[in-house]
Amino acid sequence: MAVLGPILALVVLLIIGALMNPNFLSYANITNVLSRSAFIGIIAVGMTFVITAGGLDLSVGSMAAFIAGLMILVMNSLLPVLGIGLPIILVGMATALLAGFIAGMLNGLLITKLGIEAFIVTLGSMGIYRSLVTWLADGGTLSLDFDLRTYYRPVYYDGILGISWPIIVFAIVLIVGEIAMRSSVFGRHCAAIGSNDQVARYSSVNVARVRLLTYVILGVLVGVATIMYVPRLGSASASTGLLWELEAIAAVIIGGTVLKGGFGRVWGTVIGVLILSLIGNILNLTDLVSPYLNGAIQGAIIILAVVLQRDRTANA
Amino acid sequence: MDQPVTLPRLSLDRVCRSFGPVEVLHDVDLALRAGSVHALIGENGAGKSTAMKILAGYLTPTRGTVRADGQETAFGGIRAAEARGIIMIHQEFNLAEQLSVEQNLFLGREIRKGLLLDKAEMRRRTRELLDRLNCNVDVDARVSRLSNSDKQMLEIAKALSRDARVLIMDEPTSSLTYAETDILLEQVRALRAAGTAILFTSHKLDEVKAIADELTIMRDGAVVHHGPVAGMSEHAMAEAMVGREVSNLFPAKPDHPDDRPVALAVRDLDVPGHARGISFELHKGEILGVAGLMGSGRTEAFEGLAGLRPAKGEILIDGKPAVIRSSGDALAHGLCYLTEDRKTRGLLLNKTMRENLTLQALSRFAGLLINRSAEEKALDQAIGDFDIRAGERSLRVGNLSGGNQQKLLIAKTMLSDPDIIVIDEPTRGIDIGTKQEIYSFIRALAAKGRSVVVISSEMQEVIGLADRVLVMRRGRIEGTLAGDRITEDEIVRLAMGLGNQQADTADRRETV
Repeated sequence: MAVLGPILALVVLLIIGALMNPNFLSYANITNVLSRSAFIGIIAVGMTFVITAGGLDLSVGSMAAFIAGLMILVMNSLLPVLGIGLPIILVGMATALLAGFIAGMLNGLLITKLGIEAFIVTLGSMGIYRSLVTWLADGGTLSLDFDLRTYYRPVYYDGILGISWPIIVFAIVLIVGEIAMRSSVFGRHCAAIGSNDQVARYSSVNVARVRLLTYVILGVLVGVATIMYVPRLGSASASTGLLWELEAIAAVIIGGTVLKGGFGRVWGTVIGVLILSLIGNILNLTDLVSPYLNGAIQGAIIILAVVLQRDRTANA
Repeated sequence: MDQPVTLPRLSLDRVCRSFGPVEVLHDVDLALRAGSVHALIGENGAGKSTAMKILAGYLTPTRGTVRADGQETAFGGIRAAEARGIIMIHQEFNLAEQLSVEQNLFLGREIRKGLLLDKAEMRRRTRELLDRLNCNVDVDARVSRLSNSDKQMLEIAKALSRDARVLIMDEPTSSLTYAETDILLEQVRALRAAGTAILFTSHKLDEVKAIADELTIMRDGAVVHHGPVAGMSEHAMAEAMVGREVSNLFPAKPDHPDDRPVALAVRDLDVPGHARGISFELHKGEILGVAGLMGSGRTEAFEGLAGLRPAKGEILIDGKPAVIRSSGDALAHGLCYLTEDRKTRGLLLNKTMRENLTLQALSRFAGLLINRSAEEKALDQAIGDFDIRAGERSLRVGNLSGGNQQKLLIAKTMLSDPDIIVIDEPTRGIDIGTKQEIYSFIRALAAKGRSVVVISSEMQEVIGLADRVLVMRRGRIEGTLAGDRITEDEIVRLAMGLGNQQADTADRRETV
């Protein structure tokens, strides 16, 4: 049940969707759902490692908003110098990755070096980044220069062989993440630390470094997600990435990773992400239930997922 | 045993218990009488715990009957058993760590004055109970800050406060010092005199001999011996438990020339707050025992040496200076420390044997990715080499017996191929048969030229196993004993700081 649960739920959702609307399984709809899932999905893969190692990161949503805002500001201000072209896009991407790296490093250092609870540190940084992006945008919206935006748009909308870039990047992150969790020393150390950090320490595992690394990886992945996100709307505001952290955490938990750490699976997280976005998609495509109830149904699914997991963890 | 034979307070009558298809108890008879201490002993996995859980209402028998005061009873759970005055004290603490001593003692049975708690009354009664146990912890202290022995005393106080008619104690002394054990045994005698029926389990046979009136020995889920304690030697008990000769508990010590090379030299090691000026040498192929009272800084000094605590001092390994700031550094220098606390620091209880075995030496099994079949092979090897008896390989380590956990912990450490191994309490909570195996593993390690430090609270272990013994007292090395001088008296004298005076025999139990 523990292994099959999330897969079963996904299959049931697919069948319901297909029965209710013939367009559900169309190429356009599937591509749309997957592309939109990619942002949360990329972040949630990173979150899986953080949670598996016994941590938590509440700041990813506002971190994404802040990085998006920063990226737009940097690109707009360099426009007169660099002009429209590949260099300015690469500088923007580098900005996002570097900002994500630093933000993750800051969270991680506060948690590992000062020994402050992850919940507290990231609750704090969540507030800080949200406030910073609002300040950068002066309470409004930061928009990417129109021409620049047209040039950058294909990163969200185009792809290779009919598969859009966000889906490709999401797939790569998923595959690398799954292999790392399952078969790398890092993945094993994450599970050991989340399971019992004292045992890990007495077994010569560098607990602080592994923990720090989980937050840094998550920060960089937030940067990657932002690179995919900015060309979609070309703007950032105080409401960008709102509640992404909770969606990412929910996806991780639905996928079977244990909230208090010690056991994680990346493929489960991805199924969790897909379940959450399919619910929204099905509600939008059918008239049976109001789309306004999206949150309620997602909430019920999250609780149900944990109830189904309980038997396994109770025996742990 | 001079009580008149009365109806037992609580008894098992041909009780069997199965878990799934496996029967773990076979026709067990056991009777607890008022005013008598009944010892239940056996190797780990002999079925003692299951029998105790059935007595205390945690489990129901598959066949057979439980009788309370002669009447057939089926407890519908621990509450029903507790209502009849049957209380079990578990080996593992059952305390709310974040609550105070007083709050724990009255948890679930708080005294009220109207709508509010009567704190003054609860505190008064808590003090009273703790005083009875000679335990001077603050009633307002948070339980998470108490030492293990104080926690054990609190568990006992909890049982006392419930006016137990039948008290079931699962290895109550396993985390106590000798002095605390004496206080506990005194309390057990007082309870016996007051007419309580007591079941007592322990791996320490001298305690059984000292306290128990009746004795039941279990092996492989069945009772193999029952009778009075009087007239039965500890040796006979051990043999009945194990089912074979146990004459040579300790492997023979080889004759050691003193010119073997020094593997480890430590000079003036300070572990702030715990140990000062620790200096000693460890030779290749040597087993060095470390004795001392609990709290003498034994564990902390060696954790400092192994990079698990902040420490400073000069460390020479094979004559070369070594800087050890983390357990990773220690491992890189071929030094490994095996914790005394295998359940919370040694093993990941909710993981499998494979993941535990390779955790410390994981890089040996991984290039870019972990080679799982190599891990499985290593586990095969470890199961064979260290005689680990686990039914299934997919079993979580938390479900293994203490002896098998300890063997796995040793196997895990040896996988990193260390030259210097520090083993803290190698046989705590382990039955005598497994002890014997572990002693021979340790001697075999030394015979292969590795150097071993054995820190132990068990005097016999240090005496029987070590080539030389360091005795610690208040964070310092008080003296070193070798050869014929390794005796109980000498160790006690040093551990107590008695200088050259002859140790008072009454104080001997204090040691360790």
